[in-house]
Amino acid sequence: MSRLNEENVALAHEIISRYPRKKSALIPLLHVAQEQEGHVTNEAMEHLAELVGVTPAEVLGTASFYEMFKFEPQGKYMVNICTNISCQLVGGEELLHHAEKTLGVRPGGTTEDGMFTLEDVECMAACTEAPCLQVNYRHEYRLDNSDFDKLIADLRAGNRPEIPDHGTLGAVRQHIPADRMAGIESPETAGTPAWFASRTAQSN
Amino acid sequence: MATNAYVPHAAGYVDNEGVKIVSSRFPYEDSYTLERSLATGGYEGMKKALRMAPADVAALVKDAVLLGRGGAGFPAGVKWGFMPPVWPRYLVVNGDESEPGTYKDRLLMERDPHQLIEGCIIACYALGLNTCFLYVRGEMPVAQERIAQALNDAYDAGLVGKNIDGTDVSIDIVLHWGAGAYIVGEETALIESLEGNRGMPRLKPPFFPAAKGLYLKPTIVNNVETLANLPWLMINGSEEYKKYGSERSPGTRMLAISGHVKRPGVYEVEQGKVSFRDLFYGENYCGGITDDNDLKMFIPGGGSAPWFFEEQLDVLLEASEVGPAGSMLGSGAIVVMDETTDAVRACLRVVRFFARESCGKCTPCREGTTWEEKVLQRILDGHGRPEDIDLLLEIGANISPGVYPVAAHPDSGLEAVPFPPKQTTICPLGPSSVAPITSAIRRFRSEFEAKIANGSASEETHELSGTSA
Repeated sequence: MSRLNEENVALAHEIISRYPRKKSALIPLLHVAQEQEGHVTNEAMEHLAELVGVTPAEVLGTASFYEMFKFEPQGKYMVNICTNISCQLVGGEELLHHAEKTLGVRPGGTTEDGMFTLEDVECMAACTEAPCLQVNYRHEYRLDNSDFDKLIADLRAGNRPEIPDHGTLGAVRQHIPADRMAGIESPETAGTPAWFASRTAQSN
Repeated sequence: MATNAYVPHAAGYVDNEGVKIVSSRFPYEDSYTLERSLATGGYEGMKKALRMAPADVAALVKDAVLLGRGGAGFPAGVKWGFMPPVWPRYLVVNGDESEPGTYKDRLLMERDPHQLIEGCIIACYALGLNTCFLYVRGEMPVAQERIAQALNDAYDAGLVGKNIDGTDVSIDIVLHWGAGAYIVGEETALIESLEGNRGMPRLKPPFFPAAKGLYLKPTIVNNVETLANLPWLMINGSEEYKKYGSERSPGTRMLAISGHVKRPGVYEVEQGKVSFRDLFYGENYCGGITDDNDLKMFIPGGGSAPWFFEEQLDVLLEASEVGPAGSMLGSGAIVVMDETTDAVRACLRVVRFFARESCGKCTPCREGTTWEEKVLQRILDGHGRPEDIDLLLEIGANISPGVYPVAAHPDSGLEAVPFPPKQTTICPLGPSSVAPITSAIRRFRSEFEAKIANGSASEETHELSGTSA
């Protein structure tokens, strides 16, 4: 079973309630599905289709556009090494080659023990801290080969508990208490906010 | 309190001399908390705005000539004015920072989320709308967490949501997660993505987002840094704002300088007051080229920008200076390359980015960027053909016809061709891939020719991994 579990169904409904149209919640919901299973399963996509009122094909159509969504099991830690220009200039490609040798996999590959998936990725907005990488999207800066080896050893030894398993995104989620919400309305029926009308009338 | 030093908890940020409009809280380790925000004037700009008429807030922003900080540099106040009197309308915040070399919106989101939230409320109030979507790039979970916590705290404190600060004004801000796609930084692709679709740009004209955007309703898409300016602007006013920067480009820019400099970093710099030379060589900034090497070229505004060279070092850092000189200031991403840089290899790497990130909607881009990458790769690998240089230019001309923007080269009597390029595509991604090609070939044609002439004997091949991606 890899439909969303009960807790995540509740979460999904909360997320959907923040959008004027259900389908807008699709990408956040795909993240929830990936967080639950480590990757996005067909069953989860079928479930999401039911939740937002589209076909499973439409869910896959959206999901397959975005690089973060994986459709097969991934390593516990996804190691994404940037080789874009700022990193390339100071050794990003060499770092990637070192990582390939160290982990024994090519980009896209997962180590046999299921610990690491290696990816070569595009700019991750840490260009002044090059060469850089992300482990499950958490940045590591200005690494040389020995820094990389230490990072991998630490991850294997469980010394980096602040980095969650692959698929886990923010440890903090937005939550709007019902009595604090201004109110999300359908684009078909929503009109001019009352405060805007009255304040504009006052100033004229 | 400027110390001209790195701030350890804000990786890469340098607390240099000069006015701080958007990065003033960065030196505080707890700059992202509501407590620190409120203790340092947070939400005062919003409260001031709520005491004004919405139209007066919009007028103030227009008067300040707040240029968009995402890349195009269009005045935010003018963009806001394009909205027809139609409701509902939406504000969408573009936090999908992913232009190669760009590192500033992530810092602004991670280090001062309340400043951004305050800016969002000010914009929503001026625009008369009550729903804002804050689209943050998926690969930035720390920014997501900081903004989520900040929003939760601000909702609890009555600073966002229903009856903001005890007034009749009610505005929701919804945090939205991206999932990895550079093209979603293009505003109509961002809107498609926010509707739950593949992030492909929409054809325009006839309709621009201000008229028909999210759910085909009027929508303003503003960059994170643009909105982060609003709290300071509200508190200090447009006249004070215009005292900084230049007449055409008031205020500051967050600039990330990376590559071959001694002290790469993110600096908040007044627009139009310093030159690239000051930035690269000045002791207050990067302190010189790595190993005191000679400069070979630099990218003045992100991977999409045509390259500059030594002759452009004295160009001042503002859009209206960089554009006529043949490039763009773009997203404030400056990449410095010294004499040790292989021009073909650097060119390939930037082109490869666009090939990988092309959404595939327009044929000239989808096919063109792919072929550009293949041809450059074979030249680098020593399998280049003599006709490949012209072939690259021909493919480029299919994506961006006419003379491509390029910097002046006095030695060969060539004048600058001003930005922007023409395009046969819906969005500028494809044309951006032509920038490194025309820049590199025009200046370093002999390097391409040498690689082609020497063939595979020239040097070891540069194996680029992961070409299947």
